[in-house]
Amino acid sequence: MSRIALSGVCKRYPGQQEALSGVTCTIDTGEMVAVTGPSGAGKSTLLKLMATIERPSSGTILINDQNVGALRRAALPFVRRHFGLVFQDHKLLWDRSVFANVLLPLEILGYGRRDAAGRARAALEKVQLLHREKASPVTLSGGEQQRLCIARAIVHRPTILLADEPTGNLDAEYARSIGALFREFHQIGVTVVIATHDEALVQQLQPRVLPLRDGRIAG
Amino acid sequence: MTRWLNAHRRAAARALRHLLAAPLSTAFNTVVIGIALALPLLFYLTIQHADQLARRHAPRPEISLFLKPGATEKDASAIAGRLKAHTAVESARFVGKDQALKALEARAGLGDIVAGLGRNPLPDAFVVAPKASHVAQLTALRDEWARWPGIADAHVDSDWARRLDHFVRLAYQAVWLLGGALAVALATITFNTIRLQMLAHRDEIDVSRLIGATEGYIRRPYLYFGAYLGLLGGSTALALSEAARFMLNRYLEPVSALYGLPLTLPPLPATDMLLAVGLGGLLGWAGAGWSVRTHREYT
Repeated sequence: MSRIALSGVCKRYPGQQEALSGVTCTIDTGEMVAVTGPSGAGKSTLLKLMATIERPSSGTILINDQNVGALRRAALPFVRRHFGLVFQDHKLLWDRSVFANVLLPLEILGYGRRDAAGRARAALEKVQLLHREKASPVTLSGGEQQRLCIARAIVHRPTILLADEPTGNLDAEYARSIGALFREFHQIGVTVVIATHDEALVQQLQPRVLPLRDGRIAG
Repeated sequence: MTRWLNAHRRAAARALRHLLAAPLSTAFNTVVIGIALALPLLFYLTIQHADQLARRHAPRPEISLFLKPGATEKDASAIAGRLKAHTAVESARFVGKDQALKALEARAGLGDIVAGLGRNPLPDAFVVAPKASHVAQLTALRDEWARWPGIADAHVDSDWARRLDHFVRLAYQAVWLLGGALAVALATITFNTIRLQMLAHRDEIDVSRLIGATEGYIRRPYLYFGAYLGLLGGSTALALSEAARFMLNRYLEPVSALYGLPLTLPPLPATDMLLAVGLGGLLGWAGAGWSVRTHREYT
């Protein structure tokens, strides 16, 4: 079960207005959801709260019926391991090879070298980057870097995939190929939550849409 | 268990890679730590050797056992037998009261005083040379023998041993103080090195934390890094102190031959060598632990 339930969630950063106010929603296991809205609507904040990167100022967030807002700091890494995170800015490690970037989540989980290498290559093959495994991420194009970020997000077979603007700054062709990847993960039962303002991606994937306006769910 | 071991193996390997990635910085830190540890090590070796040498070649302390007035020859031979059988006794000689009085008379300026005495006031005595030379051991022997039947009083002639003990204790305290100060210096060097390492790998730390790394996972390579630095520093300290010992012995050899004393410094025992290297590693680990706990913002 990988259910995400938010109830009356607010997030206020010090000295700023509320980024999110009173957000209540539920995302069921295996569902595909697109959080849409213009820049500054609170999409990234919502994803960060779901991923336990940020804590809510008020309200509760349940991941698999566990209130993650009340967890100790030391317990959060174990919750984060349920997720595959695709970051808007990729967050790749430039001093590591493509292969070593994908290996990182498996190292954190303590996989044996051979097993980890096999899984990392399978993930790279999935995003069609196996031929670049020894390359430095600096030498990859924007689309390839995004695919590398996806490979790192799926390598440990997470039950929830959270993607923040996965097609931002990509041309239409690359964006479609990345959309196709998300559809594949959804088809094998992964819960997919995408924060996007890319209408084409929403049209391609036909997910349940969660529209955000000024930190509130609209409609 | 296997995952835990894998995590440690990976952390150890990663720390080693970071260490080898900056050979110049590693060499510099190692030499600084090595010098810091070599000083107390060499000082310790010198004091230990001087202590042993002084106890082996200085005059032996003696314990005088004074017999009770009216003690018979039978009492004296009983005490002589017990002393002969005692494992802590190197040698013992009987000094009769007449012999003691003659010795007193022979001392310059005391002849007239002794002649003025109506009777011999001195008791029969045994002068015992114990095998031990430490003040605490001598005192224990004196207390034991003072309780023997027929013994009126026991006296330790241990001024020299007492002085030596005080000097040696003072010197060891100086070593510990110096060692302590330099251990703090070592931990501080490691602290700063780890701080710089963490700054250099800040992105990796951030990303690892976002994708589920525990605090332990993030800190572990830095702890290994600190331990490696300490171990390398400890080994360098051994090499430096051995080199210094070799050079010192070149000057001490002719002096040793001149005085007929083994003045040259022996090598450190293997256990002390292992202890020095292990201590270096432990201090490095502790310094790294201090650093990763202090710089929580990177972890």
